Amino acid sequence: MDLHDAQAWLTNLTNELSVQFSKVPGSAILLRYVKSSYQDDPIRSAVELFLFLFAVRYLLAPSYKPQSNSFVKLSDEVPTQSATHNLPSLTIRQEIDELVDDWTPEPLVAPQTALEEAENEKRPVIVGPTGPKSKLANGRTVTNLASYNFYNLVANETLKEKAIQVLRTYGVGPCSPPGFYGTQDVHIKTEADIAAHLGAAACIVYAQAFSTISSVIPAFSKRGDVIVADKAVNFAIRKGIQISRSSVWWYEHNDLKDMERVLEKVVKEQARKPLTRRFIVTEGLSENVGDIIDLPKIIELKLRFKFRLIVDESWSYGVLGRTGAGITEQQNIDARDVDMIIGSLAGPLCAGGGFCAGSEEIVEHQRIAAAAYTFSAALPAMLATTASEVINMLQTTPDMLLPLRDNVKTMWTQLDPRSEWVRCTSSIDSPIMILILKSDIVSGRKLTIGDQEQIMQDVVDEALANGVMITRLKSMPRGQHASAKEIGWELQPALKVCLTSGLTKKEIERAGVVIRHAITKIMKSRR
Amino acid sequence: MLRRQMNPFASNNASATTATITVLPLDPPPPYSEKPYIEKLEGPRRLSSPKINKIANFFITSPKTKSEAQSAATALKLAASAPYQGQLNAPSPQIKSPSLSLPTICLSTSHTDEPPTTLWSPPSHADARRKAKEHAQFAPLGHPSHRYTSKHVGKEFPEPLMDEPPYYYLLTTYISYLILIVFGHVRDYFGKRFRPQHYRHLQARNGYAPLNSDFDNFYVRRLKMRINDCFSRPITGTPGRYITLLDRQSNDFNLHFKLTGTTTETLNMSSYNYLGFAQSEGPCADFVEEQVKKYGMTVASPRGDVGTTELHLEVEDLVAKFVGKESAMVFSMGFATNASSFPALIGNGCLVISDELNHASIRFGVRLSGAMISMFKHNDIKELEKVLRNSIAQGQPRTHRPWRKILVVVEGLYSMEGSMCNLPGLIGLKKKYKFNLFVDEAHSIGALGPGGRGVCDYFNIDPCEVDVLMGTLTKSFGANGGYLAGSKAMIDKLRLANAGSIYGESPAPAVLAQISSALRLISGEVIPGQGEERLQRLAFNSRYLRLGLKRLGFIVYGHDDSPIIPVLLYNPAKMPAFSHEMLKRKISVVVVGYPATPLVSSRARFCVSAAHNKDDLDRLLEACDEIGNLLQLKFSSGNAGGALPLPEGVTADMEKEWKRTAKPQDLIEYQRPRWKLDEILKRGVQDVKVPLR
Ligand SMILES: Cc1ncc(COP(=O)(O)O)c(C=O)c1O
Repeated sequence: MDLHDAQAWLTNLTNELSVQFSKVPGSAILLRYVKSSYQDDPIRSAVELFLFLFAVRYLLAPSYKPQSNSFVKLSDEVPTQSATHNLPSLTIRQEIDELVDDWTPEPLVAPQTALEEAENEKRPVIVGPTGPKSKLANGRTVTNLASYNFYNLVANETLKEKAIQVLRTYGVGPCSPPGFYGTQDVHIKTEADIAAHLGAAACIVYAQAFSTISSVIPAFSKRGDVIVADKAVNFAIRKGIQISRSSVWWYEHNDLKDMERVLEKVVKEQARKPLTRRFIVTEGLSENVGDIIDLPKIIELKLRFKFRLIVDESWSYGVLGRTGAGITEQQNIDARDVDMIIGSLAGPLCAGGGFCAGSEEIVEHQRIAAAAYTFSAALPAMLATTASEVINMLQTTPDMLLPLRDNVKTMWTQLDPRSEWVRCTSSIDSPIMILILKSDIVSGRKLTIGDQEQIMQDVVDEALANGVMITRLKSMPRGQHASAKEIGWELQPALKVCLTSGLTKKEIERAGVVIRHAITKIMKSRR
Repeated sequence: MLRRQMNPFASNNASATTATITVLPLDPPPPYSEKPYIEKLEGPRRLSSPKINKIANFFITSPKTKSEAQSAATALKLAASAPYQGQLNAPSPQIKSPSLSLPTICLSTSHTDEPPTTLWSPPSHADARRKAKEHAQFAPLGHPSHRYTSKHVGKEFPEPLMDEPPYYYLLTTYISYLILIVFGHVRDYFGKRFRPQHYRHLQARNGYAPLNSDFDNFYVRRLKMRINDCFSRPITGTPGRYITLLDRQSNDFNLHFKLTGTTTETLNMSSYNYLGFAQSEGPCADFVEEQVKKYGMTVASPRGDVGTTELHLEVEDLVAKFVGKESAMVFSMGFATNASSFPALIGNGCLVISDELNHASIRFGVRLSGAMISMFKHNDIKELEKVLRNSIAQGQPRTHRPWRKILVVVEGLYSMEGSMCNLPGLIGLKKKYKFNLFVDEAHSIGALGPGGRGVCDYFNIDPCEVDVLMGTLTKSFGANGGYLAGSKAMIDKLRLANAGSIYGESPAPAVLAQISSALRLISGEVIPGQGEERLQRLAFNSRYLRLGLKRLGFIVYGHDDSPIIPVLLYNPAKMPAFSHEMLKRKISVVVVGYPATPLVSSRARFCVSAAHNKDDLDRLLEACDEIGNLLQLKFSSGNAGGALPLPEGVTADMEKEWKRTAKPQDLIEYQRPRWKLDEILKRGVQDVKVPLR
């Protein structure tokens, strides 16, 4: 075959092809289109053809797996085909077996350190009821300034009686999540009572206070949303923020100037992005520091920057305000101005469970979207009615809050200006006094966080030895929260003194002296 | 500054609220009495007082509604018509429990003017009423033969057979969803134009992004809303054998519900009350009362501070002993037990291999822990092994460093599937691959095993083989909360590292008392025999109902001994239909669909309880039979069990041979089980005792 033949064959083929092509319906149109559009521009046609081929190739290529480039090929298929395949697969099998044999996992939990062992040993065990005077397992009766028994409700006979009546109708557990026949009328009533007390539109009750806010936050704030939070917020809020995967911005604890700065920054930065949900998360009464926020100012900021406000009132509901309705009552704010109020029924109220109050939309959304509500059994009826009862007591006899406040003041006079070592960071309205070492002492003696923790534990032990049970602020479990470096705030070890109205002024004074002396003794002995 | 508005519902009225529960204890306290009550679930509103009185009367006077009267009468009749009751050696709880006729019951009633009842006095009116109430919470045993021991028999643990419906049903299911979605969008399209106020909350409003995205909300708004009346039905009283629903009505297509003020007593097939401890009378309630009097309602402190009393230690000891571990700790919520324990156990550089159907609380906890997560197909040991081999061989992503720890997490009994984990298989793998095993026994504790001690007990496996045994106290024990059990070293360490015990509230004394008395009853420490009876009744009831449903021709998921019995419905419209038909027959059931289950396999779920007796289950089977015909739910092909008995002369050994030689039309008849109801009721009791087929 020489060149001529080949040319003839090619021409033939082209002719044949064009005839066949023209037979295909629509081909004429296509041809005309190509001709007219690319008339004088063969290069453009070539480029487009290339692009077209590239697109086809791209579409047909196996989809990209992010894993694949870091994945070491160690196939574990049992060899089935030819004998030549057998060999490599077998060795790989063996390789994996060897790797499996070599792998030694760490023990599931590390062994206890001496300090941890001591802490487990020392944890006080109360025999019988918790009260202003509690009996310990070692037989001693001590003044209890460690329980959240602010109004001595634990010993309240009416509450017990009512709870028992409920027990005799409802049993103990509801045996179901609220979505499946676990909602009892008592829950509906408790929810209505709380909403009425706060002046909120609606309310939802959770089975545990601690897990309430960790579920509320992720129910609303999702990936891509924005949370602006106080640096000192409690552990449960941190967990809620973590699980929401929202982007979080921290502002200095209870510093509204800084909050304003952060809000401004966020708004500016988000201006070009699509609108997302934005939340301010803070505590009414801080668990770790004990101070109180300036709610009217925060509401002003929230309205100005168009954020929604989530206030954790776990420690202020039942404490602040004339009837204990919390920070909104104390600062004369309509509860509807706060988008979500989260509170505890287990703390000051001495019942059980937690709640979130807000608009009807907010509450109803949680009933299907908040994990700790949807996927957990409802609160025992007895605890729900106890909460209702206490709320009723707070509203009808607000005088019951007064002795506690007097006792707090008495204790302050014993400790804050009087002790040369510690100062109280909590508000005078808070029945939980948080005492930290004064900063000049910390810096003067170069005390690390660990040292301070040890000092506080020693003070707790010393006070207990002298008949006064107090406790200390527990550091957040290591490795389970964003580190101090990330947030720029570290919890300072502190003593926690929880007042109660179950003690007389004399008794409080005496306990105050014991605590003060214990602090002095420990601090002097360390010198 | 803004002024606090006075809320019209605020109860500053002392007498109103205090009156709420002050009623004679013997008559269940009217939960609705004078206190302004809410009419609508969604918001507080006053209930008109005549209605309240009606409800209050309802509780105080003798049963008024027909259902109540009927059930009370049935219960009484049953009690009277069980002549062998008294002669039984096996103590039926309601007979032996001191609460029935011993004066102990009067602890709470001493101030009523009724004279204390003595043993064996002729039943007074009050006595009869009390008995009826007790039987509404826990049925008398119909016959001593209605018991079985929950135990794994045979060697291999069988993979549960998953039956498939004819393609017709799968196809119509998909089409139904398609129609629902199209309709939803059409409604949205017009709704957004003509009734924009209903959509305002889904759109950005004066600078605020909507709380709910339109897209995410579509399913809830357009699909779930249609059947909202099947969910969150409010109840009153104890969720025992019967459960009392508060009737409600909706005038705006399930957006809001109004309580009508009446109640309906229904057979309870929905609560996780496996051992029937949801009781307001009896030894448990008595003990709870005693402890509440002693301790009050709370200990007012987390465990990490001073929230530990000797009652806590006692319960922890009991739990540890019960599950067969060295040490245990208890929490006030099962969800939080998981949520806070995983971060304390594992962290960066660890791998969690989790069954794909694991509970939300497990996912919550694992996500918080920062560990990597792999999944394996539900209960598929082979795939688990593959995942394990690959993970160990590959090490951590990017760095390829070996994993610090690998934790395999499974549930003992899956609450939507009714299937158990293959513990023997897992233990086998564990020996080879050295991972740690975490078993969530939320549903299996109390419900499985000859001693009710969970999956280990069921398979007769030493609990030491499992590193962490977690469980909830919410289900079988009628209490609330969760526990974590393991070696002493581990639990001691966790006490300090577990956020739930550092910050979470300590379990309430009342709840602890319920747990402790329930555990003592089950293990036979008090009232020997009663715990055993509960366990065996539960095992019998589970098998009996499951066999009956299979024979009727339903597709039922799960293992034979599991008290969770999901009945497959497939078509979404059958969910509300099934629920309503059941409610018409005064039975309350749970229906679940997407997203709790895969899209196609919507189901109804029965939770069997020791509080049921055979009559209850027969009543349920009868209802299922009728509804199954009505809604075309009998689509089983027979390969998951329920087959007809073999023909005369063919023994079990010859079955295979016979199947091969039999005529095809015989086989179809034989394979697709569609038993007659009376046949099922007749043969059920004896067939339950042999391996189900
Ligand atoms: C497997 C599993 N784990 C944990 C839980 C949560 O338990 P609780 O209802 O006590 O919070 C449940 C309950 O639904 C569950 O099914």
